Amino acid sequence: MTIDEVAVEAYREALPALGASLVGGLLAGVVLGGMRSDLRAVEGLLVLVPALLATRGNVYGSLGARLATGLHQGLIEPHVRGGDRRLRAAAAAALVNGLVASLFAATAAFAILSLLASPVAELGRLIGIALVAGLLSGITLVVVVVTVVFAGYRRGYNPDTLVGPLVTTTGDVFGVLFLLIAVRTVALVLGGI
Amino acid sequence: MLPVLLLLTLVELGSGLVLGRFESTLLRYPSLLVLVPVTIGTAGNLGSILAARLSTAFHLGTLSFAPDDETLAGNALATVALAASIFPLVGLGAWGLSSLTGSTSLSPWTVLAVSLSSGLSLAVLAVLVTVVATYTAYRLELDPDDVVIPVVTNTCDVLGVVLLYFAVLVFV
Repeated sequence: MTIDEVAVEAYREALPALGASLVGGLLAGVVLGGMRSDLRAVEGLLVLVPALLATRGNVYGSLGARLATGLHQGLIEPHVRGGDRRLRAAAAAALVNGLVASLFAATAAFAILSLLASPVAELGRLIGIALVAGLLSGITLVVVVVTVVFAGYRRGYNPDTLVGPLVTTTGDVFGVLFLLIAVRTVALVLGGI
Repeated sequence: MLPVLLLLTLVELGSGLVLGRFESTLLRYPSLLVLVPVTIGTAGNLGSILAARLSTAFHLGTLSFAPDDETLAGNALATVALAASIFPLVGLGAWGLSSLTGSTSLSPWTVLAVSLSSGLSLAVLAVLVTVVATYTAYRLELDPDDVVIPVVTNTCDVLGVVLLYFAVLVFV
């Protein structure tokens, strides 16, 4: 193939995935734009945003890739019912990894901002926000990834090409949405805002 | 999985700290805040798509690390072309949505200039990072599928925020 042919093929293959993540990213941005008062009130929250969003992609993208490989190899049946052990183990591991990474991000952000003598909210508040946001978005993303990958596979789509755009799009939207819910929930418990 | 995940989380906190440096500007102009998730997402996606394609070509034996290699040059060209197509939509979409949902004090041209300049420079850097990461994996005899995609995705996330910061310094 010539350079032009390679470029045209790569461009055509990538455009739908980028378009999907564009829509998801803009929706997430609108929610984030509506959170300005929360971002002002909880100092250090904005520093956490990229880490929390990336954790969703890293953890649930890898869950989707593992499910896709399992389906291709015939190790996992594309049905949720029956409670397949491999499926439950992979979903539980993803959920635990996502929570540990979120809590680690909150603690590390607090430590770094304190070291830099930058203003930062209480550690308990940041950990509470990371916990609630990580749990809600984790459960939602496990359900979305498993459902869409299985349904797509049964209809003859390649799960490998579904996972990337699916996780980035839903991960961004739900990630920011549940971050907003988490900030407000923690504010109800700890007071403030 | 977990040690790599925690390392990547630290890398992403780096981009959070960059965001923290221009937090007051972002909070003053909502259309710039709307740009943040979509820039991070598009940046990571551009990198991961390129990395996945180069890894596959590498496994198939159709990739050589020379500047005139068709696979390498074609995919690099496609990455820049994708950035040139997507980032104008990113900028205008961010401005349009924030003017629908509230007030915007920046002109659409400023937001467009910020997103297009950061997006195009990002595409060039994404190509460099991906090629270097794939080549390093090849030299260290690691499977590029395991290593390159997470490294490139998260590096591009950080680069996306850093370039957004520079574009805001220049245009806002």
